[in-house]
Amino acid sequence: MAGHAVEHDYHLIPPSPWPFLSGIAALVWGVGMVVFFAGLVPRTGESPMLEFFFSKGLDSLQDSYRAAGDKVGADGGWIILVVGTLFAAYVMYGWWKDVAAESKAGDHTPVVDIGLRYGMIMFIMQEAMFFVGWFWMFFELGLFHKMRAAWNPDVLENADEYATSMAPGIKGVDPWNLPLMNTVILLLSGTTVTWAHHALIHGDRRGAKWGLGLTVLLGILFTFVQGYEYLELFHERTEGHPWISTDAFGSAFFMATGFHGLHVLIGTIFLAIMYLRLVKGGLRPEKHFGLEAAAWYWHFVDVVWLFLFAFVYIIFAVGM
Amino acid sequence: MVAIPESEVPAEGGYDDDGKPGFFARWFYSTNHKDIGTLYLIFGIISGLIGGFLSFMMRMELAEPGIQFFTNEHQYLVYVSMHGLIMIFFMVMPALIGGFGNWFVPIMVGAPDMAFPRMNNLSFWLLPTALICLLISFVVPGNANGNGFGGSWVMYPPLSTTGHPGPAFDFIIIGLLAAGFSSIFGAINFITTILNMRAPGMTMHKMPLFAWAVLVTAFLLLLALPVLAAALFMLFTDRIAGGTGFFDPARGGDPQMFQHLFWFFGHPEVYIMILPAFGIVSHIVSTFSKKPIFGYLGMAYAMVAIGVVGFVVWAHHMYTVGMDVNLKAYFLAATLVIAVPTGVKIFSWLATMWGGSIRFTIPMQWALAFIFLFVVGGVTGVMLANAGVDAYLHDTYYVVAHFHYVLSMGAVFGIFAGFYYWFGKMFGVMYNKFLAAAHFWLFFIGVNVIFFPQHFLGLNGMPRRYVDYPEEFAIWNSVSSMGAWITLAGVAFFFAMLIEAFIVRRRVGDNYWGEGATTLEWTLSSPPPYHQFNTLPRIEDNAEH
Repeated sequence: MAGHAVEHDYHLIPPSPWPFLSGIAALVWGVGMVVFFAGLVPRTGESPMLEFFFSKGLDSLQDSYRAAGDKVGADGGWIILVVGTLFAAYVMYGWWKDVAAESKAGDHTPVVDIGLRYGMIMFIMQEAMFFVGWFWMFFELGLFHKMRAAWNPDVLENADEYATSMAPGIKGVDPWNLPLMNTVILLLSGTTVTWAHHALIHGDRRGAKWGLGLTVLLGILFTFVQGYEYLELFHERTEGHPWISTDAFGSAFFMATGFHGLHVLIGTIFLAIMYLRLVKGGLRPEKHFGLEAAAWYWHFVDVVWLFLFAFVYIIFAVGM
Repeated sequence: MVAIPESEVPAEGGYDDDGKPGFFARWFYSTNHKDIGTLYLIFGIISGLIGGFLSFMMRMELAEPGIQFFTNEHQYLVYVSMHGLIMIFFMVMPALIGGFGNWFVPIMVGAPDMAFPRMNNLSFWLLPTALICLLISFVVPGNANGNGFGGSWVMYPPLSTTGHPGPAFDFIIIGLLAAGFSSIFGAINFITTILNMRAPGMTMHKMPLFAWAVLVTAFLLLLALPVLAAALFMLFTDRIAGGTGFFDPARGGDPQMFQHLFWFFGHPEVYIMILPAFGIVSHIVSTFSKKPIFGYLGMAYAMVAIGVVGFVVWAHHMYTVGMDVNLKAYFLAATLVIAVPTGVKIFSWLATMWGGSIRFTIPMQWALAFIFLFVVGGVTGVMLANAGVDAYLHDTYYVVAHFHYVLSMGAVFGIFAGFYYWFGKMFGVMYNKFLAAAHFWLFFIGVNVIFFPQHFLGLNGMPRRYVDYPEEFAIWNSVSSMGAWITLAGVAFFFAMLIEAFIVRRRVGDNYWGEGATTLEWTLSSPPPYHQFNTLPRIEDNAEH
């Protein structure tokens, strides 16, 4: 084969530093996660600098971990986490900048474009299975808690807490308040992103900018409303309503809505970058897969929210 | 830092020839599926040495009753746990999927490279990150008994939450998340490559079985790993002081749910490890019988069936947690169903050899040993699938013997079979037949001596994961430990074979196995050009599989 001219439409890529740097960024970020949340070395008082960066409440492993938790003192672990996050963000910026440049250079032939679509669909499938994990936990705890309390030998000691922790009606956020507003916001943003897409296809770049800009704003608005709801819940806890982070419902509620919120944030950044590309003159009417992928992702986030709204918010408010 | 030196950037259209980038760009910034495959294989060998060292130390400790080498029980359990995690995530998966998958899936479907060459390299470079995290966990506090995590590769809470409060297990969580993302990106890459980049005329039903195997494996990875990621995040937040209580019964959580989430990933995982080996063995059996594979479509769809059914049998790993008897009956029945497509594969391999002109080359010996030993492991698996029998055998050495027969003699024999089959193709040189044969026979005898007596130990009731045992188990344990020495000798011959082959450099031709080898990699030079198929191959209508 050597010596033949390339006669296919696939995209061969020259060596790229980004994957290798991603691995290093992931390592820094991962160490940062562990040090920030768990600490690395016991606190001895011998080396203040070392302990500033790597210690966190590890004074005595004999104590239960939760008891050691309130000994959080001087702690610079967040610095590693922030460095890792910024490093990862820089790598992603450089990587996708290359991708956008290649697209502009015409490397994304029709067959490569189909490949990108396959890739995005697979990525969204993967994300869906991630949320299956959280919903599985939620439904199992919600539907079977009483039954388990009756026959599971593991919980005989705590059968009461077990039976009541997911009992309906006594807790949960009022779904017809902020969560309903957030549902409307997300559904509306689903229409604006479709508006932007169709406007772009029909050559109306001004309309596309308006639609996409509004979508980004609605995404930011959703995050703010969700943050406001969290603040209220945290406030409630300080007033003596203990359910939020201390029992199974609180865990499932916060982690499921929290990871959804993280995905909204990712989707918003994705759409915002598409907006910047649009403003800079990128994204042609006949070829704009970046925008389509962002829209797919946004609709996926939307669907996850509808499931959260229907089950975690409504069903728990009205009883299950 | 970011810009690649001018000299290392291939000239415009530089892919017309074999012009390779400079050393650093080639191996660290690689976007070439064959180079990345080689990196995966080297990584797998290094991890295999680490994991093998851990298991050898375990076997030395268990050679006689009492505690000989380890400082305490915890340290032994750390070795057990890390052996499992490293061998599964850092040896078998990188070698089979990352190594051979990267090397041969694009070639077999007639594509010049993977669909996303850069993401391919990301899949690789997340693995050293993950391995470093696991190695760090050895040396940071685990629990009051010492460093490291000793809660086994299954990581059940409360051992993995309040049982190991130190950062050792947090590092394992981060490492497994990194390895998981590596596999998910790899899976996306393989699926896209196979569905979108097949050469003209290469329909799905003409695709070689190894590509089918990797396709099914990739879907299993894509759908199973995110659930593990969710479960690992739950562990992570459960471990944070004042965090969540998913697995804490005192707060309404349920530790059993971790087992469900884990095994929903964990059972597909065992097929993730064995399906690529199925694909490799199919090619080898066909090549050295000089016959097309028997029942090609049945073979392909048997793997699809194994993959689908593999998602609905997970709780047979949890028969003894106190689940409802109806649930046990379902999982028992569903598990036994898997024996059907697996039987289709075994009998099709036998039927392929039937009437063929068989050559007992080194890869064929590994493949035949694979079939024989995998059947042994499969049959003990059928026994363990019975909930009633499993109540007795659960967590005994019978289980250890069973899954080492399908892994250490199934997946690993598949890896070595593929390694010897494609050695000349990948590196352009032929191995020394004596050293390779010595490797095979020592390894074959060694692993059988290790693991066959463990069936007896398990039936006699010796439990897993204990550093010490009563006197009556001493005989078979000492036999088992002798097997470890034999296997070690086999590993030594493997490295002698590698060194000898790269010193002597016996060059091989394009198709050194002769007319039995019919897939596309045998139409290329050995090693193949840096970028193959600049002109895409055309698959004729009457082409064999």
